[in-house]
Amino acid sequence: MSLRALLDNRLMPAIAIAAIVIILPLFFPSAYYYRIGALVFIFALAVVGLNLLMGFAGQVSLGHAGFMGIGAYSVAIGPVAFGAPSWLCLFAGAILSGTVAFAVGRPILRLKGHYLAVATLGFGLLVAIVLTNEAGWTGGPDGMSVPKLALFEWRVRGSDAWYWIAGTTFVVGFVLALNLMDSPTGRALHAIHDSEIAARVLGIDVARKKLTVFVISATYASVAGSYLALFNGHITPDSAGFLRSIELVAMVVLGGMGSIVGSLVGAAVLVVLPQVLTTFHEYEQALLGLIVMGFMIFLRQGIVPSIAAVFARWRK
Amino acid sequence: MRALHHFSAAAAIGLSALLGVAHQASAQIKIGAVLSVTGPASFLGDPEKKTLEIYVEEINAKGGVNGQKIQLIVYDDGGIADNARTFATRLVEDDKIVAMVGGSTTGATMAMIPVFEDAKIPFISLAGAIQIIEPVHKWVFKTPHTDKMACEKIFADLKTRNLTTVALISGTDAFGKSMRDQCVAVAPKTGITIALEESYGPRDSDMTPQLTNIRNKAGVQAVVNPGFGQGPAIVTRNYRQLGITLPLYQSHGVASKQFIDLAGPAAEGVRLPAAALLIAEKLPASDPQKPVVVNYSRNYQQKSGQAVSTFGGHAYDGLMILVAAMQRAKSADTAKVRDEIERTKGYIGTGGIVNMTPADHMGLDLSAFHMLEIKSGDWTLVPGT
Repeated sequence: MSLRALLDNRLMPAIAIAAIVIILPLFFPSAYYYRIGALVFIFALAVVGLNLLMGFAGQVSLGHAGFMGIGAYSVAIGPVAFGAPSWLCLFAGAILSGTVAFAVGRPILRLKGHYLAVATLGFGLLVAIVLTNEAGWTGGPDGMSVPKLALFEWRVRGSDAWYWIAGTTFVVGFVLALNLMDSPTGRALHAIHDSEIAARVLGIDVARKKLTVFVISATYASVAGSYLALFNGHITPDSAGFLRSIELVAMVVLGGMGSIVGSLVGAAVLVVLPQVLTTFHEYEQALLGLIVMGFMIFLRQGIVPSIAAVFARWRK
Repeated sequence: MRALHHFSAAAAIGLSALLGVAHQASAQIKIGAVLSVTGPASFLGDPEKKTLEIYVEEINAKGGVNGQKIQLIVYDDGGIADNARTFATRLVEDDKIVAMVGGSTTGATMAMIPVFEDAKIPFISLAGAIQIIEPVHKWVFKTPHTDKMACEKIFADLKTRNLTTVALISGTDAFGKSMRDQCVAVAPKTGITIALEESYGPRDSDMTPQLTNIRNKAGVQAVVNPGFGQGPAIVTRNYRQLGITLPLYQSHGVASKQFIDLAGPAAEGVRLPAAALLIAEKLPASDPQKPVVVNYSRNYQQKSGQAVSTFGGHAYDGLMILVAAMQRAKSADTAKVRDEIERTKGYIGTGGIVNMTPADHMGLDLSAFHMLEIKSGDWTLVPGT
């Protein structure tokens, strides 16, 4: 295979990201860096799912943390209340999130624009309220501890183990998303994004395609939520709260809507930046805001698409 | 373009210099703190941070601990437990702290406990709930009194007034929920019967329906309101509007001047348990805590320009217990410091008199609370408490 063919390979970005996952730890001086790396991949996983919905299908969700919350509490409640193994609860949580997305999505995906945004916002708030109030199951506002993940005889602990698990899962999720985008469904979603009416005229079942991608994105968020809970060992309802939803949307927009690589970049920026800025103490939040504003003013399409556009022009 | 290159090169050098300084090993004692300085719990984290900064500076000005200066590293978790966990890892792995004072909320504390247990570093939490110290974690301590103690104090006061049947109206926020659970748990042991339970959301603006239910319930002799923020003030107002004359008990969660302002004349006659700090100037001269709380509140008000709160007092106690333990251990060795914290005896702090044991990593008893009654818009000490 020539180099050219390799570079044009559809899976090239996935290979590049797998390489990054493997090489990055060579530069990690301590477990703290593994933790940050793992958090980036976990959030990136949720952001890829949300990006499928926002960037490709053009639907906004302001309640995506709700699905992360369902995933997170599945691996917390399942083992404690029913003695089920964590990995099984992770899958059960993903299926539950998908089912909830299916049930909720049918009515609310009929809404458009701001109305859809508000409906998803309401859904996210509802999940957070249930998690806060059902204290008998969830431990209420103080949260509950999550038993460690056990795979066969191996009890997963430590940031480095989670780095590898999260990194591997992210690469898998990334490849699945790339494949989805190249499928007839992906092209149909693109058409819906550009014009719903045109898509309908072309014979695309718009409602059905939207629902499909909503369910898929909820599943991504749920798995990310389960990972976050298992990694942290303690979970509170703010993981499902409104601010977390906004954070996810910000990651999508910052990295670039419709860019799957952008999802990773967006998550990386918003996870790493607050850690770097802590040295500025009182000015931390203001600087964070300034930097994010700067990105949005100068890289209007999001970081990855804007830079890609610059490179494309430069090549010519 | 060239200028830009120069600029970014300079920025890169500047950044690495900054990081280099941060990583430089020095003969300082590094104490970490993860606090909710911003976000919904900033009313806890903000006074805690200011208190730690004021007193670390003061200790260093006097020559530090065992001849070494303290370096305080504060991170803001924004009230989010996940962030607290990340910063805890950072303090342990990257900053290499020898001890930790902090964790403003119970959620953040619970998320951080495994990090410090694994790293074997002493961790003094500033959060309220009892699950932090029950069951006992070897490396985890806490300074604030628990909600359970507030319930016991209220119930003890009820008994002295020969009242045994109460109704609870509690907020569904973290504080209200935790205290409600503790009250329900200790009621049978103290001979109190809870005849009726009502609840309200943290943002509700009218509690008349719940209070009407309580008024109509036969046999209720007093009402207890575990809650935090504006809810208890609304309960108090509605309570008087409905003309209920039963004794009303609020919790230590509203022990601030703001509550009296919000509830207005309706607060007259309301009783609540509170730490000595709140009534520093009113304590009798014979009270052993008086000098400590008066000094702290004057110092804090002068240096920060803000009214004193019990939360800052928790941070003061945490730091002082830690410093005393280091002095007794004559080193900053984590294991020795932990053992000495556990041996803390007779430490007089803002929260009470602390006597720790291997089975009790808080070390406070009911005398830490004083029963207050609001009379003509001000706190008064109920005699005999």
